[in-house]
Amino acid sequence: MPTAARLDLVPVAIFAVFAAAPFLASASGAEGYVLSLLTRVMIFGIAAMALDLILGYGALVSFGHAAFFGIGAYAVGILASHGVEDALVQVPVALAASAFFAAVTGAISLRTKGVYFIMITLAFAQMLYFLASSLAAYGGDDGLTLPARSLVAGSDFLENDYALYGATLACLLGAYILLRAVVASRFGRVLRGTKENITRMEAIGFQPFSFQLTAYVISGMIAGLAGCLLANQAEFVSPAFMTWQRSGELIFMVVLGGLGSLHGAIIGAAAFLLMEEFLPEILHAAGFFLNDDLRWRLTENWQMVFGPILILIVLFARGGIVGLLRRGHHD
Amino acid sequence: MTEPLLELRGLRKAYGAIVVTDDVNLSVLPGELHAIIGPNGAGKTTLIHQISGTLSSDSGRVLFDGEDITHLPMHGRVLRGLARSFQITSILPAFSALENVALAVQARSGSSFRFFGDAAQEKALNEAAMEYLSMVGLAPRARVAAGLLSHGEKRQLELAVGLATQPKLLLLDEPLAGTGHEESLRVVETLQRLKGRITIVLIEHDMDAVFSLADRVSVLVYGRVIATDSPESIRANEEVRAAYLGEEEVV
Ligand SMILES: Nc1ncnc2c1ncn2[C@@H]1O[C@H](COP(=O)(O)OP(=O)(O)OP(=O)(O)O)[C@@H](O)[C@H]1O
Ligand SMILES: [Mg+2]
Repeated sequence: MPTAARLDLVPVAIFAVFAAAPFLASASGAEGYVLSLLTRVMIFGIAAMALDLILGYGALVSFGHAAFFGIGAYAVGILASHGVEDALVQVPVALAASAFFAAVTGAISLRTKGVYFIMITLAFAQMLYFLASSLAAYGGDDGLTLPARSLVAGSDFLENDYALYGATLACLLGAYILLRAVVASRFGRVLRGTKENITRMEAIGFQPFSFQLTAYVISGMIAGLAGCLLANQAEFVSPAFMTWQRSGELIFMVVLGGLGSLHGAIIGAAAFLLMEEFLPEILHAAGFFLNDDLRWRLTENWQMVFGPILILIVLFARGGIVGLLRRGHHD
Repeated sequence: MTEPLLELRGLRKAYGAIVVTDDVNLSVLPGELHAIIGPNGAGKTTLIHQISGTLSSDSGRVLFDGEDITHLPMHGRVLRGLARSFQITSILPAFSALENVALAVQARSGSSFRFFGDAAQEKALNEAAMEYLSMVGLAPRARVAAGLLSHGEKRQLELAVGLATQPKLLLLDEPLAGTGHEESLRVVETLQRLKGRITIVLIEHDMDAVFSLADRVSVLVYGRVIATDSPESIRANEEVRAAYLGEEEVV
């Protein structure tokens, strides 16, 4: 029991850090930058947690989860361009559209297994990407700029960066609590069982398909919500939100943080985005002994370092960052 | 005449040119323990797959409890009271022994589309699961992860999981395979106690167990049922001796 109690401190610590961050941001002097970066981290955390539900607990490798980012973001963008700017309309529309897309594509994808499932989820996401690129009325390839952030019941308080940060934190916490409950519930137990041994689950009388599809829909809706937030954070919507690279990054975040722990997905999203943001500067500082030309090249090509670092973490930290934390406790 | 609980009519399955189940007709009466014996590769496991719905049949029909279930998927058959164990142990290794059984209880008690409430804390499920574990003698190991149990204990766990689905008919594919002497005695003892309460189809190579437990024995050779009779008559049957018992020279 003490291990379980200690482990629960990790999510508490994560939320404490996110709650305290705005105060530090205002002290840092670069509050706009810090808030916007951390808001992005939390948005990706929500999407990565959504993916963890099916990937970490259901062993379903969806390579098209960025599609839901796109659906959520375009729901906000398209409605806003028609003058419907209230989140109380935008968010339900985004959730309904995400659920519909998940139900239809999931019902087809889940007929396949393994690599085929990965490819078909990718194919559906690509279809949506090209659809968005061809929507000339909504910016096509270039995307569309939001006239303003979403209203909430007619109030424009989200224009304040702190308020958007707070709203995003509330969504992150809500999604975490919801998913935590789902995973422990009867439904979640069946889902976890299908990950372990699908034949055994059928042999005790469950139809795995209906549980997997339901999980896929829940996951898609939560990722769609993250898309609404992303549109508001960027104040911009574009097909680039749902590239296959973006879907791959989401998988990477979940694996990096630790599969099947939910809060691991948040840690993974944070680690990924913060490394992406600061690695060039870290490399610049670390390269102090090199001549200017080499140092510049190292900084410029930071991704050559980023890739190997990610691969090393995944290879040597089995169970991701959360796995490392857990092992630290045991020693 | 009592109606059979399970009836196979002209069941067939071929892999390419190899006919693995060849026009099998078989009746299992309510309450009996019906053993199916036969040499390695005779098609016993394949037959269990066809009855349980793991594999579809090329032709023929499977009637269970007065209903044609030939085209029903496996989970549908389980809910009608047809449970099975696997020759190669099939459990949820990361779940505790208790949770393996509790999931089977859950499948039979209320909807599993409940998204709130901690399933692992549901008293009714856990208490029922504990009873099934006690029945097979695994209660002291309830909290151990199933993957960490000994091979014999895993076999016992599979039996408990099967029982927890509250079957009318339990299909057991070599429940003694690979178990130690003690564990094997315990499983036989458990089956002895279950006998008469639920109908059992038992596939087993351990002839001591088969002849001490079975009410009737069917002999499967090259996918065909060559005889169905009482254990005594099967022992005495010349054709069976030639085809099977003679070769293996069982004690
Ligand atoms: N998927 C398959 N493809 C081709 N042949 C198969 C397949 N599965 C089983 N067989 C063949 O079917 C025959 C019957 O196999 P089965 O496993 O049903 O026998 P069994 O009676 O259970 O044997 P054992 O006593 O060894 O468990 C064997 O000859 C086997 O090689
Ligand atoms: Mg076999």
